[in-house]
Amino acid sequence: DIDDEGHKYYLELELEDVLDKDSTVSCTAEVLYHLGSRASAPDVQVTVHGELRSTQEADKEFYNWIRSLEKELVAENIPDSHGNIPPELEPIHLLAWVASGYVIWQNSTENTKFHLAQVQHVKQVKRSDEDLQFDFVVLLHEMVSQEVLPWEVTLLWHPQRGARVSQS
Amino acid sequence: ANMKLILIFAALIGASLCLETFVGHQVLRIKTKNEEEVKQLQLLESLEHLELDFWISPSAPALPVDVRIPAVSVQSVKAFLESQGIEYSILIEDLQDVLDKERQDMAESAQRQRSSSFDFGAYHTLDDINAELDHLASEYSFVEKIQIGESYEKRPLYVLKFSTGGSNRPAIWLDAGIHSREWVTQASALWIANKIASDYGTDESVTSLLDKMDLFLLPVANPDGFVYTHTSNRMWRKTRSKIPGSICVGVDPNRNWDAGFGGPGASNRPCSDSYHGPSANSEVEVKSVVDFIKNHGNFKAFLTLHSYSQLLMYPYGYKCTRPDDYAELESLGRAAANSIRSLYGTTFQVGTICKTIYQASGGSIDWSYDNGIKYSFAFELRDTGRYGFLLPANQILPAAKETWLGLKKIMEHVRD
Repeated sequence: DIDDEGHKYYLELELEDVLDKDSTVSCTAEVLYHLGSRASAPDVQVTVHGELRSTQEADKEFYNWIRSLEKELVAENIPDSHGNIPPELEPIHLLAWVASGYVIWQNSTENTKFHLAQVQHVKQVKRSDEDLQFDFVVLLHEMVSQEVLPWEVTLLWHPQRGARVSQS
Repeated sequence: ANMKLILIFAALIGASLCLETFVGHQVLRIKTKNEEEVKQLQLLESLEHLELDFWISPSAPALPVDVRIPAVSVQSVKAFLESQGIEYSILIEDLQDVLDKERQDMAESAQRQRSSSFDFGAYHTLDDINAELDHLASEYSFVEKIQIGESYEKRPLYVLKFSTGGSNRPAIWLDAGIHSREWVTQASALWIANKIASDYGTDESVTSLLDKMDLFLLPVANPDGFVYTHTSNRMWRKTRSKIPGSICVGVDPNRNWDAGFGGPGASNRPCSDSYHGPSANSEVEVKSVVDFIKNHGNFKAFLTLHSYSQLLMYPYGYKCTRPDDYAELESLGRAAANSIRSLYGTTFQVGTICKTIYQASGGSIDWSYDNGIKYSFAFELRDTGRYGFLLPANQILPAAKETWLGLKKIMEHVRD
């Protein structure tokens, strides 16, 4: 408890690479949930103790593929009702996860637990700069209320610059 | 003419015999032209020793008469008809041939049904699931499909009863799919039903279990919601009941039980996914189970499947205090979780609902526990959020198998 501020949590975490189950990295984090009901995202500081696997090759492949598309990519329901994801859309699913992470962070309190339930819709938007832009509608499942609600979020991504949520 | 009739009748009487098969039996279709001919046939019908089997009895001249004739009488009857000028045609030359072919067809069809059997590793529609319940009930003498009620939209609530005898033996309850979007649960329940049925007689544990106790399995506790997840909204959780005064539909069936009803952890807003409903047991899907269990009066365990999160929980949810049987339930829960982990390494957290997941009122296992059913457990199956409700079908069998080990551990304890 931090007087006049809120609740601070000190965490020791182990990150597991979803695409490489044997690969784990430890992290430490500090999370400060602010006092009061005024919705404000918790403050988060994370330190990664170790190396994250390089994904340069796969990143480049994906980037080039999207850039080469004549028509902008559009997709729905990832995964589908049966849990299937077409292999070429797996990177889109992963980017949606990242985008969801941002939304979840912005909406988390000590009484929420969010998961990405499904990518309802994704639309690529071609840009004049080098970033890829994806407009997502993601369904987030909140465990305590059990609600599954749609959220719009736009993600920019570039192999070197990484992922950023567009604030527009 | 009468003399001729008597002679021929005499020949027919001599020809009658008792046969067990239908070899050489013929079926004739007789077309009568007038009332006189109809009367002749009615006379023929009255000769019981001929053992003529009229498939269509003589009644009026305009209607055909179909009759099966035993082999020994075929020639005589034909001679009689011809002598009277009565027209006939042969519908079936040899009935046994037809029966043999029919039996062969049926065997082949049954063979096809057994080998192209239900794919337990895939997700199915309600109709397909109900068809498989029928199949299991027909294949195993100790499995019976019973209906315990109807959903809001009037779909039958089907329960599989596993009973090898006795009268109202101590029983175990298992349900799945009370929250319709949790598809791995209905799918696992089907696999588990088939597993139990096929293991009886070969697996020592299952055999001794069913020799002492009955099992009642409700694979789709919320059929309306389940159909809705197929046709309209994969993420639908609640029932589909109309709520007076609201445009929103449905009640969370696991907040609708009479256990701390309306307390914390349930919403009073109809549009909420955890809406508890206007009153306890307002949902017919819940009331049907409550009535069934109360009327039975001899349930010893109440087990329910949900997804996701990988949890194994016991009461209470509506309050954050421990149940009286805490020690035993915790220990049994841990043993079950260990069994689950032994198969693929999948870890389930064990504890009370309140401590493990959240405070939630009106839940089914709280009701069952407070109504004297000590062994009340709720499972949350795979996964922990990567796919959540949309668990890939290739995980159905692993999920079902590991869950079964946990259920079995609990059932064995209840049995002993």
